[in-house]
Amino acid sequence: MSNSPDTPSDLSRRNVLRAAAAAGLMAVPAAGALAGCASSTPSSSTAGGAKGADNPFGVADSSTVNVVVFDGGLGTEYAEKDKGIFTTKHGKVTVNLGKTQKIKTEEQPKFSTTPSDLINNSGADAMSTDVLVNENAILDLTDLLDAPTWEGSGTVRDSLLPGTVNDGTYNGKFYTLKYAYTVWGMWYDAALFEQKGWQAPKTFDDFFALAPKIQAAGMAPFVVDNKHGYYPRWHILATIWKSAGKQAAIDIDNLKPNAWKADGVLAAVSAIEKIVKDKLILPGFFDHTQSQQAHLDHKAAFIQLGTWYKNEMAKTLPANFKLTLSDYWSVSSADKAPNDVFAGAGEDWVVPAKAPNAAGAKEFLRAMLSVEGAGQFASLTDSLSSRKGSGDKVSDETLASANTLMKNAPKDLISWRFPDYYADFDKESQNQSEELMAGRLTAQGFIDKMQAMADKIAADSSVKKQTRSS
Amino acid sequence: MRHGKARFVTGFLAIPVILYLYYVIWPFAQAAGYSFTDWGGYSDRPPGFVGLGNYSRLVKDELFQTAFWHNVFFLITVPLLTIALALFFAFLLNVGGRGNRAGVQGVWGSCLYKVIFFFPQVLSLVVIAVMWQQIYRGDGQGLINNLLIKLGIVDPQNPVTFTADPQPFLGIPAVLWWLLLIAIWGGVGFYMVLFSAAMQSIPKDIFEAALLDGAGPIHTFFRVTLPLLRDTVSVAWVYLGFIALDMYALVYVMTPSQGGPNHTSEIFASVLNFTAFSKGEFGYACAMGVALAVFALLLAAVQLRITRRERIEF
Repeated sequence: MSNSPDTPSDLSRRNVLRAAAAAGLMAVPAAGALAGCASSTPSSSTAGGAKGADNPFGVADSSTVNVVVFDGGLGTEYAEKDKGIFTTKHGKVTVNLGKTQKIKTEEQPKFSTTPSDLINNSGADAMSTDVLVNENAILDLTDLLDAPTWEGSGTVRDSLLPGTVNDGTYNGKFYTLKYAYTVWGMWYDAALFEQKGWQAPKTFDDFFALAPKIQAAGMAPFVVDNKHGYYPRWHILATIWKSAGKQAAIDIDNLKPNAWKADGVLAAVSAIEKIVKDKLILPGFFDHTQSQQAHLDHKAAFIQLGTWYKNEMAKTLPANFKLTLSDYWSVSSADKAPNDVFAGAGEDWVVPAKAPNAAGAKEFLRAMLSVEGAGQFASLTDSLSSRKGSGDKVSDETLASANTLMKNAPKDLISWRFPDYYADFDKESQNQSEELMAGRLTAQGFIDKMQAMADKIAADSSVKKQTRSS
Repeated sequence: MRHGKARFVTGFLAIPVILYLYYVIWPFAQAAGYSFTDWGGYSDRPPGFVGLGNYSRLVKDELFQTAFWHNVFFLITVPLLTIALALFFAFLLNVGGRGNRAGVQGVWGSCLYKVIFFFPQVLSLVVIAVMWQQIYRGDGQGLINNLLIKLGIVDPQNPVTFTADPQPFLGIPAVLWWLLLIAIWGGVGFYMVLFSAAMQSIPKDIFEAALLDGAGPIHTFFRVTLPLLRDTVSVAWVYLGFIALDMYALVYVMTPSQGGPNHTSEIFASVLNFTAFSKGEFGYACAMGVALAVFALLLAAVQLRITRRERIEF
């Protein structure tokens, strides 16, 4: 308009490209990284309603509760059911159910201003709990534990499975409700094993004895997800616990000097190293679903993971595949805790400190922990809820094998804390677990690296230390 | 027309400039501010001022340095190989065909090739990464592994693990070479189209004159085409530099534990992401972001300065 042909603009093609390049400088790639750090101003919170026996936190009528559920292996349908249960008591409260896999990406930026009220902090994109706790970014939920259950009989605390309160406690305060009760172990096809006359091993020696028979049948004895280091790490840590015992694990979590050199630790890691060295693992490189599908396709006899397995693979699970859970294998007769089961509450739910409707969030958790909510969860996901008795009405064989494992388990459950306590240790232990399973690291090398990391963190005064006593 | 120009331009630009300042420049400034603090990222407690502490930490941070050298690897290889390939394709598609009475033209079927080469540009980088996961799949079901196993080149007991392979090739972890291949595959189409457009703006008679003087395709390319494309290549180089400094989507989707195996594919962005979100050290992560931005600016300035020359107008 302002440029007639005889007064050409100075915007020639090349100048435009050049200017665009200069602008692009700021835009790519630093822009996302830089802009992610920006903040804005907070908003006010919702006023409380009247407290009562049926409304212990005083949820205000006509308030809104924003709930974010992780759209992963457990699905989101159970949260829809919980919403229904919630609204039977609080018909005037609106529940907005958000579903996402990008928990951290979507929720972290809102944390210092107006976060969601209740967040299912789970999946690969979860926020680090230690950071949330250290930054006072989430609420202490002790009053939820002391509140009456949804049914009104007893307190929420007494209705939870063992370990739930302990695992959600940081620095003496109960910050995270871990809703799904997961049992980890070795999975196999009971139908196939029966047909072949194989016995599910209880020890590594049993497994090494069985392995040639499995190989003779044209299968690999074992398959590993080596894309996510925390998968093989479960196996390594569970075996260390069985072999070296609970106190050794507590010492490791507490960063005690030479804790990784305790009796039994090397034996445990060496047993796993032997699986790699003897080439008992299905060749190739797999992520979690690829390794699980290989197991379902009878390419490998065993895979280790938790009880969400069936739900995650429901679409491709063959009808005649009797998916059965057995305990992790013990190492030798010298094992200190051969029967301890790796189980615990997972699937964290947290209430941000700045949640506008914290009362509504806690009330929603109370509804989730109702007999009906927990039962719905178990039947929808084939996983146990951390509310006692959630699996009682479920007639699923897979869940039954997990139940049996839990019933025969001693009082102590295998539970590790250092990956939650220290992000650096989490990363290093995942990386070195992958290296061990890829055959690029020896058992001794693994232990040395873990000890070096523990010493480094212990010596770093800028890292806030956490300890456990049980 | 002239007297109202300034007011007209100002009126037109005011709103976008304000939006840009508020939503782009202001967050940058905030990030720079946070880089001098120990802010954790999840709370609004007043962050403590640590001065240049974060920056002096950066210099000593081994992980950050590993990431730096990996980005430098991409910074050299991505622009070099992408531009070389794109130029080669563009030349073939426009002037690589046999010169005859109809003058200079591209190879037979060049229109079809243009579409095929451009295709990856249409897909988002994450889609490309997911697609390549199947191509790179680490067992006999992977596209490449399957082929190599059938040809007997690869032992089925020991398939290629691609982005999970840390073994060095020419001193660089294999995983980085495999990522490089995807980056080039994804980028070459766009730059081919860019160079094609630039080549088409070179008058055909210059090529025909070269043809008449007896120049072969190789001479034509190096003596005529390339010098006349200098500016376009220079801009492409800067853009590809940014892509090389990023690479985050590929690393995030394709590598074990996002930057693995064992830190062998760690890049600026993956270290920054880990520091900010997993370790909760936003202040330190902002310092990384600022360092990256400054590095990118310097790089572009140097690049544009080196390639500045007299232009030929036609």
